[in-house]
Amino acid sequence: MQKNFSVAVILAIIVALGALTYFAYHPILKNLNLGLDLRGGLHVVLEAQEKEGQKISADTINKAVGILRNRVDKLGVSEPLIYPQGERRVVVELAGIDDPEEAVNIIKNTAQLEFWDESGKVLVTGKHLKEAQARASGEGQGFEVAIDFDREGAKLFADATTANVNKPLMIVIDGKVISAPTVSGPITDGSARITGNFTAKEAENLAVLLRSGALPVSFKILEKRTVGPTLGSDSLSKSVKAGIAGLIAILIFMLGYYRLPGFIADISIVLYSILVLGTMTLFGAVLTLPGIAAFVLSIGMAVDANIIIYERIKEELRWGKTLKAAIEAGFNRAFWTIFDANLTTLIAAFVLLYFGSGPIKGFAVTLSIGIIASMLVVLTFTRYLLVLSADLSKNHKLYGV
Amino acid sequence: MQFIQNRKYSFIFSTILIILGLISIFVQGFKLGIDFEGGSLLRFKMDAAVSSAEVRSTIEEFKFIDQASIQKSGNEFLIRTRELNQEQTEQINKAFAAKFKNVEYLSAESVGATMGSELTRNAVLSVLIAMLLMLVYISFRFEWTFGVAAVVALFHNVLIVLGIFSIFQWELDGAFIAAILTIVGYSINDTIVIFDRIRENLRLKTRDDLTTLLNKSIMQTMNRSVNTVLTVLFPLVTLYLFGGSTIKIFVLTMLIGFVVGAYSSIFIASPLYYDIKQRA
Repeated sequence: MQKNFSVAVILAIIVALGALTYFAYHPILKNLNLGLDLRGGLHVVLEAQEKEGQKISADTINKAVGILRNRVDKLGVSEPLIYPQGERRVVVELAGIDDPEEAVNIIKNTAQLEFWDESGKVLVTGKHLKEAQARASGEGQGFEVAIDFDREGAKLFADATTANVNKPLMIVIDGKVISAPTVSGPITDGSARITGNFTAKEAENLAVLLRSGALPVSFKILEKRTVGPTLGSDSLSKSVKAGIAGLIAILIFMLGYYRLPGFIADISIVLYSILVLGTMTLFGAVLTLPGIAAFVLSIGMAVDANIIIYERIKEELRWGKTLKAAIEAGFNRAFWTIFDANLTTLIAAFVLLYFGSGPIKGFAVTLSIGIIASMLVVLTFTRYLLVLSADLSKNHKLYGV
Repeated sequence: MQFIQNRKYSFIFSTILIILGLISIFVQGFKLGIDFEGGSLLRFKMDAAVSSAEVRSTIEEFKFIDQASIQKSGNEFLIRTRELNQEQTEQINKAFAAKFKNVEYLSAESVGATMGSELTRNAVLSVLIAMLLMLVYISFRFEWTFGVAAVVALFHNVLIVLGIFSIFQWELDGAFIAAILTIVGYSINDTIVIFDRIRENLRLKTRDDLTTLLNKSIMQTMNRSVNTVLTVLFPLVTLYLFGGSTIKIFVLTMLIGFVVGAYSSIFIASPLYYDIKQRA
């Protein structure tokens, strides 16, 4: 009776887990945030450059983050990560874009638009901009950007053009003169165009920059990594296959060496993998190359926990205990071993999570999730299955003794 | 097995490894990647018929290139230069596209020198803090002698891996730090399980002397030690053999580190505990 019940429960768990794997596989694979080292994209660290008489505050940086987000949104990137780091840095991470080099151009420019008179005096700035659109140039060659000023800007621009009839008015972006058309007459309707022999793309990018507004401070690129889609996806698909092959090798080894409990370990490891990757997907954590290392380590630790328990059970069986008693005792004695070993590593993971940056952080996130999931699975799920399995057969050979 | 009685041999073996590594570190240092030193690294795929020399002559036409190293493997080209800015990278992109066939840009990385020193500082600092906290935890849960032995064994593992990287002049990049962290994590986990058994046997208050007790504890956990390192090596070996080319060195670091970690848990950490305990 008891045996039939246990068999039924174990079968039900296997079917449920099979279904879970089947249904979770694609959503996880689709929604898991892969770092740019794995699927291509862009990682830029910018540092604000203090100019004389300008103080960089948290507010300045937050403003810059907002403007950068605006710009990036217009690139159509699905999940941009833009966040301040320290007191004067901003990190921009865009994964899965086709032309990361192009995106750098959108990000790095301050996009401070100014109109100068001949003497270099600033007459109007981009602060008063309402709209900017790229369009084909009226002269039939190249592209230009049409801009509209707000009310105040329109007035300033009207004054500027009135004062400079038949003189050049310089269009300056980030301190660089783009073009210097001669003013033919006062422009009072608040519209202007920025000419400069742009290509369609250049004009479109400039329009995006002007629309999103200028950064409150200029930034210098401290670190830039762009990975084209080919390298990312190529190394990813190979590594995923290799990783799965390694995982299968572990499953086979456990089954061959530990027999029945090995089979239970295998079920646990499958559940464990889904749990870790699922949690990462839910939290929107980013899986990077260092993250994969942490995943390998945490799988190793999960398997280790199983091994510790089974070796204990084997010892207890050799001492002559009954199967049920051996499982009970083996588990209880293994508990603190697993607890201490995992907690010591978890302490390290938390320290790295707190102090680390870049590759260190990616590692720590996955490792922390991995260790917690491993303890949960092994100490509850595996334990329950093992106790059930004791009803299946009293044959100690199934436990490798 | 007489692990404790024969500890002289493992200590000598480890000391030789570490000294060789240290000599190499002082004499030839490390081959630092751009993550540590700053610089730019460009990766291209091009017609395999293109030679490194052609690539070199193309980029050396630019005045801003004073020194470049070019590596070719199959149809992939790896170009390392001093730090380039965005315009300069684009100029190189364009020059290649104009001159060679089937040019495909794979990746471009630029790192400022300040970032490199920060990364190193961050990594070293966080590993040291992590070690300190682990020492505190182990001292609290076990005894300070265990904590010291475990942390010294960790240093030993990290030193050996660093030494190997210097001897073979493999390049240190950002992923190397992650690999070292993984090794630290694995080693401590591996060691604690053996220490846990020693602690348990100590509590049993048998008549065994410390030497016998330690040997017994190591033997009792031997199956587990071997099986655990075997299982973690499976995915690493498959990743090394079949994984993407960009992660080869990274995986190799972990492979070496895990083997060293498993070795040191048995042959270094427990004997060290013995020596410290004898003197304490």
